[in-house]
Amino acid sequence: MFDNLTDRLEGVFKKLRGTGKLTEENIKESMQEVRMALLEADVNFQVVKDFIAKVSEKAVGLEVTKTLSPGQQVIKIVHDELVELLGGTTEQIRLDGRQPVTIMMTGLQGSGKTTTSGKLAKILKEKGRKPYLVPADIYRPAAIDQLQVLGERLDIPVHPSTTDMKPVEICRQAMTVAGQKGYDTLIFDTAGRLHVDEALMGELKEIQSAIQLSEILFVADSMTGQDAVTVAEKFNQDLEISGVVLTKMEGDARGGAALSIKSVTGKPIKFVGIGEALDALEVFHPDRIASRILGMGDVLTLIEKA
Amino acid sequence: SKTKESLVHRMDTLFLGRKEIDADLFDELEEILITADLGINTTMELLDDARRNVKRNALSDPQELKIVLKEKLRSFLMESDQPAELVRPESGPFVIMVVGVNGVGKTTTIGKITKKFKQAGQSVLLVAADTFRAAAVAQLKIWGERNDVTVVHQQEGADPSAVAFDAIDLAVAKEYDVVIVDTAGRLHTQVNLMEELKKIKRVMGKRLEGAPHEILLVLDATTGQNAVSQAKLFNDAVGITGLALTKLDGTAKGGIVACICRELSIPIRFIGIGEQIDDLRDFNPDDFINALFGDETHNH
Ligand SMILES: Nc1nc2c(ncn2[C@@H]2O[C@H](COP(=O)(O)OP(=O)(O)OP(=O)(O)O)[C@@H](O)[C@H]2O)c(=O)[nH]1
Ligand SMILES: Nc1nc2c(ncn2[C@@H]2O[C@H](COP(=O)(O)OP(=O)(O)OP(=O)(O)O)[C@@H](O)[C@H]2O)c(=O)[nH]1
Ligand SMILES: [Mg+2]
Ligand SMILES: [Mg+2]
Repeated sequence: MFDNLTDRLEGVFKKLRGTGKLTEENIKESMQEVRMALLEADVNFQVVKDFIAKVSEKAVGLEVTKTLSPGQQVIKIVHDELVELLGGTTEQIRLDGRQPVTIMMTGLQGSGKTTTSGKLAKILKEKGRKPYLVPADIYRPAAIDQLQVLGERLDIPVHPSTTDMKPVEICRQAMTVAGQKGYDTLIFDTAGRLHVDEALMGELKEIQSAIQLSEILFVADSMTGQDAVTVAEKFNQDLEISGVVLTKMEGDARGGAALSIKSVTGKPIKFVGIGEALDALEVFHPDRIASRILGMGDVLTLIEKA
Repeated sequence: SKTKESLVHRMDTLFLGRKEIDADLFDELEEILITADLGINTTMELLDDARRNVKRNALSDPQELKIVLKEKLRSFLMESDQPAELVRPESGPFVIMVVGVNGVGKTTTIGKITKKFKQAGQSVLLVAADTFRAAAVAQLKIWGERNDVTVVHQQEGADPSAVAFDAIDLAVAKEYDVVIVDTAGRLHTQVNLMEELKKIKRVMGKRLEGAPHEILLVLDATTGQNAVSQAKLFNDAVGITGLALTKLDGTAKGGIVACICRELSIPIRFIGIGEQIDDLRDFNPDDFINALFGDETHNH
């Protein structure tokens, strides 16, 4: 029933049975196992280091309870800490502030911005909003077509952008059209770009200063490895993002990037993409991802009940 | 960025100033290798091996340690059952099928490869067997226009196997040199979609024996450990003959391919270093390893 990490931790604590406290030494040994698990899950090296330091502190001197084995107890501390770090504010898209609500989608190439734009528009429409999809990617071949197709499928209007217009002009124009037609929620789909591409990062800043944005979402692929921190840090530095969307989560990635991104940006993970279909967007559940990062499923529910 | 520069610099100074191999050096090496997405297991294996040699006094010079590590990594990357170069059939069109998870760069890589073949004087037929993703056909058509080659396509939602079959038919009849088949991105864990991929492959083989001759798996260099699972499951399903590693123009190092090459004995054929048509290079293990260690950057 117990899988990898639990087994490994039970091994570490075998010698401990009977004694009353978790000692510094067996904590250290068990933290080695936790460290391995986190690195295997693609949590960033430095983030793991900080995390282990924090958790070790909490674990030392903890009384061993009767209901949980020492291994289970360490897992519980680790898991709880992960949930806390991943969680924080669980606010969704803010709809009650200034109108129209304006959302800009950003991120690396191929992370899922355009698809998520469609998914988000669908959710907002179902909430009674009047979304307007705005293709502001003039670079990727057929990017505008792609969003247009999604708009048609959802029966949601799409701004008639053309590739000969500057993205910032497209956004401005779309704002005007939205005002005229009574669309209250604009979603700007921007081109994928590398965080090191200063010219293209500048383009996003230009949109940011031209349009009063309610949300800037950073869309990241859940399969991302160690580099997630570098990328997220730069997008957040340049744009002060308001939230994160993690895509392609229905696969078998452990999703350590979630922790890396949350750690360096401090910004809430608002949604999780779980498929290509337009209804495959969910709100984020920190506890689920914590279990997944640790590589364990239902074991934790058992521990939590204990 | 800050992280990248500090790593690169640290690597440079790491070896230069040192007279002996100590625990600090190993710690820093561990950070560099893990941060390059090599994975904890491969990293530990590499370093444990080196530690043993240091203990046996077989290794004492930091510079030499670096050379030994590079050599070892090189051997992982070169562990391949397949020839490094693309192998064309003796006669008839050379059929390449391109597969991978969503958004890694399959369609773009096809656009770039097409240019290479065209420059070599070959006629190329592109096949839009991604009938699923919104505007996937339109995207491939633009790459077709850029290369001035024909793109075979049907309506959205058509059976991709049927598209592929008809395309092979056409390629044989019109004596095309090269056929490149774009498939829809799919997660390797989706059994029904992997079955669909098998069918596309099977159907082409029925029309032209031996086709597809090359099954190219596209991997995104920003991907972490999950790339191993991708490679294994795509390989199990259709048998991968080569890899393309995209998005190496960012700060990600793509170190995970070392594990993939080693475990599956598949060669890396191309790397992608940008979104433009010329941003494709043949894979060079030494450049790759140097970049991984932060010693040099790729030739752009
Ligand atoms: N399996 C899966 N695929 C997804 C998900 N979200 C997006 N995709 C797919 O990922 C691929 C890339 O998605 P896009 O929406 O085009 O990504 P993008 O960020 O707009 O890409 P660029 O505009 O080229 O930077 C497509 O094949 C999508 O169908 C998801 O949650 N799960
Ligand atoms: N920076 C960079 N971007 C790349 C590279 N290769 C592809 N891209 C970009 O990555 C995004 C996705 O590329 P596609 O070719 O559409 O990927 P795909 O695998 O065909 O995607 P799906 O068909 O949706 O699964 C696009 O924005 C490309 O321009 C590369 O080497 N470097
Ligand atoms: Mg897009
Ligand atoms: Mg494609």
